[in-house]
Amino acid sequence: MIRQLTSSERQFAAAILLLAAGVGLAMAATGRHDPLGVHGVIVLLFSGTLLYPVLTGFYEPEPKEDREASYYDDPIKVGIVLTMAWAVFGMFMGVWVAAQLAWPDLAFDAAWSTFGRLRPTHTSGVIFGFGGNALIATSFHVVQRTSRARLAGQFSPWFVLFGFNLFCVLAVSGYLLGVTQSKEYAEAEWYADIWLVIVWVTYFVLFLRTIARRREPHIYVANWYFMAFIVVVAILHIVNNLAVPVSWGHAKSYTIWPGVQDAMVQWWYGHNAVAFFLTAGFLGMLYYYLPVRAQRPIFSYRLSILSFWGITFFYMWAGSHHLHYTALPHWVQTLGMTFSVMLLVPSWASAGNALLTLNGAWHRVRDDATLRFMMAAAVFYGLSTFEGSFMAIRPVNALSHYTDWTVGHVHAGALGWVALITFGSLYTLVPTLWNRERMYSARLVEVHFWLAIAGTLIYVFAMWNSGIIQGLMWRTYTEDGALAYSFVDSLVAMYPYYIARAFGGFLFLIGAVVCCYNIWMTVRSVPLAKRRERDVPAAVAVPGE
Amino acid sequence: MPELFHRKLERSAIGFVLAIIAAASVGGIVEIAPLFTIDETVEEAPDMRVYTPLELAGRNIYVREGCYACHSQMIRTLRDEVERYGPYSLAVESQFDRPMLWGSKRTGPDLARVGGKYSDFWHVAHLINPRDVVPESNMPAYAFLARTELRTSDLGQHLAAQQALGVPYTDEMIANAPRDAYGQAFPDSEAASGVTERYGEATSVSAFDGVATRLTEMDALVAYLQVLGRLTDAAFRDTAATEQAPDAED
Repeated sequence: MIRQLTSSERQFAAAILLLAAGVGLAMAATGRHDPLGVHGVIVLLFSGTLLYPVLTGFYEPEPKEDREASYYDDPIKVGIVLTMAWAVFGMFMGVWVAAQLAWPDLAFDAAWSTFGRLRPTHTSGVIFGFGGNALIATSFHVVQRTSRARLAGQFSPWFVLFGFNLFCVLAVSGYLLGVTQSKEYAEAEWYADIWLVIVWVTYFVLFLRTIARRREPHIYVANWYFMAFIVVVAILHIVNNLAVPVSWGHAKSYTIWPGVQDAMVQWWYGHNAVAFFLTAGFLGMLYYYLPVRAQRPIFSYRLSILSFWGITFFYMWAGSHHLHYTALPHWVQTLGMTFSVMLLVPSWASAGNALLTLNGAWHRVRDDATLRFMMAAAVFYGLSTFEGSFMAIRPVNALSHYTDWTVGHVHAGALGWVALITFGSLYTLVPTLWNRERMYSARLVEVHFWLAIAGTLIYVFAMWNSGIIQGLMWRTYTEDGALAYSFVDSLVAMYPYYIARAFGGFLFLIGAVVCCYNIWMTVRSVPLAKRRERDVPAAVAVPGE
Repeated sequence: MPELFHRKLERSAIGFVLAIIAAASVGGIVEIAPLFTIDETVEEAPDMRVYTPLELAGRNIYVREGCYACHSQMIRTLRDEVERYGPYSLAVESQFDRPMLWGSKRTGPDLARVGGKYSDFWHVAHLINPRDVVPESNMPAYAFLARTELRTSDLGQHLAAQQALGVPYTDEMIANAPRDAYGQAFPDSEAASGVTERYGEATSVSAFDGVATRLTEMDALVAYLQVLGRLTDAAFRDTAATEQAPDAED
């Protein structure tokens, strides 16, 4: 890691880390009576830990070879390790909170382990920890290969990667301490949010500068999606998190958005976190790794254009469908519903484009579990976007909202689409990146595939059942026009499904552990590949076109 | 020739990013900006009061513990919800709420109008161990709240931050915040009268957790739960409702 940096880059890295440690110290001092102080110590330890390898490698010989003649893959490798670590952590927390709903005593009478504090560690752990690291790692890989140029920075990729993980650590540890803004999927407090802006702007500049030095006339479609992901997430994050801290010594802040406006901003953010973090970014993955693995070009360039701009434009209108029948003005609800239904067109254009790309390669889908991961991801993407448009229709939403149906829908997307496309991409990427002939065990990939599919289906079916039963029980009347069921009646009916859901999630977690083992053994024991066609800048075929 | 144009756009990184920003900005601007300019968005409620310092501290505990993950505070305009929980929620009822806590999931029931529905004693017993009161419940136990002293020294700063954002706290309220928090949970103390003076006669002054020797987080959370839905009568009056509840066949 350090060997690849020149002496002045090492000095710069050390200076940044010392600066971060100084900020941590200041936070620890001003926030000594507050959870902010704990976070100061965490920042200090995080920077100190990274400073150690920088200082021990400080006087190593500088790199002699021309760095521009090779791709910059070290940050990607570390990114993949972090991706899998967060996957296991986030999914474990998910299984734990799911089990708490069936067996509430699993909180063990402590404050930090109650459902309300653990739940965001699961959502942030998988969305930002697992998903975010996967996006950063794969975007670094895809942008270099499709631009046939090395990343436009030596230190900044590390800054982005570790900076982002510091954000994740602050977010997740904060929830355990009770530090939260309570904005769903944006729970981290003001200082972590400011830090993420700094990291994200660096990411944006790095990505754009890398694209600018491409040796291809056109920007490949995967990079459109990565750019949309980076740019729009920045806009959403900044607007939604505008807040006034109680003081410089407080972790707590108050959002500038009041009541109904806050609800609209929150769900404009919340729904587009799904759109641009969990959809656009992962479509970027799909548009590169699927054609590479299938060895087929993307089916249609026009469909790619249609779906990209459709998603970028329509999604931003859709957030208000989270607020049907609420105190949000009716006209906003109607707009949200309308655009949510229209979203089906670009969504299915993407899913269809992916599946039609597999035409002529279906025998590979049968034999190769890695490609099957990506095929299944595209199918789940199509199914859950259809379900999403359906649930955004007001009368449907009257039944589904506030119930487990929503939770099931989210997981059809998160497990079936996001996680499956990530695993498919990682199984494609890992052997290439470490220059191995293949994954350690194709059979374990197969085992992982079926664990993931079984887990997802059990989860989603359990939540469909519980959600629809719940919604119907709440609105059932007796013949004399009284409500037929108390709230507790509906809760009692949920228990079997909560147990089934925890089991489905557990299968999915086991699959992720199998994946970790397979990656580990690939790097450790699979022999090096014979020099394939030279994987260096400006000498690689671009897939797709 | 749209395809030809796109071919050009694909050659410029900056141009492409600008196009993304343009396409992505429209929806948010059209849906969010008018919420600040159209007056009907938030109804009038001249009788509405702000949270007392103790209630605000309780609200912050509600946020800290992630209660919103399982409890909504938004009664929709549907017949069964109105009959189960009370009049549907109005925008004005959360006008001082930063952040709003409308929620998105009901693993437990809606709490928008839970204030006054149960006794303080019921709430304390329920929070210490929900299954003592509701055997079928899957809610976590919050016994630690009764063991944890409430931090009041910085409540003035909390109120000041809210004031800076436009919540109508007076300077007097800010100056007396820790004292008022104490007074609201100690009905027999001298500080108690200041609470009703500043926040109105209807403000509930009570030894919320049943222990009159110290001020705990349990006091604050119960004080907050007991005021939910009771800051204004607007929802019970015949206000300019934005929408009629759909009929039962819906």
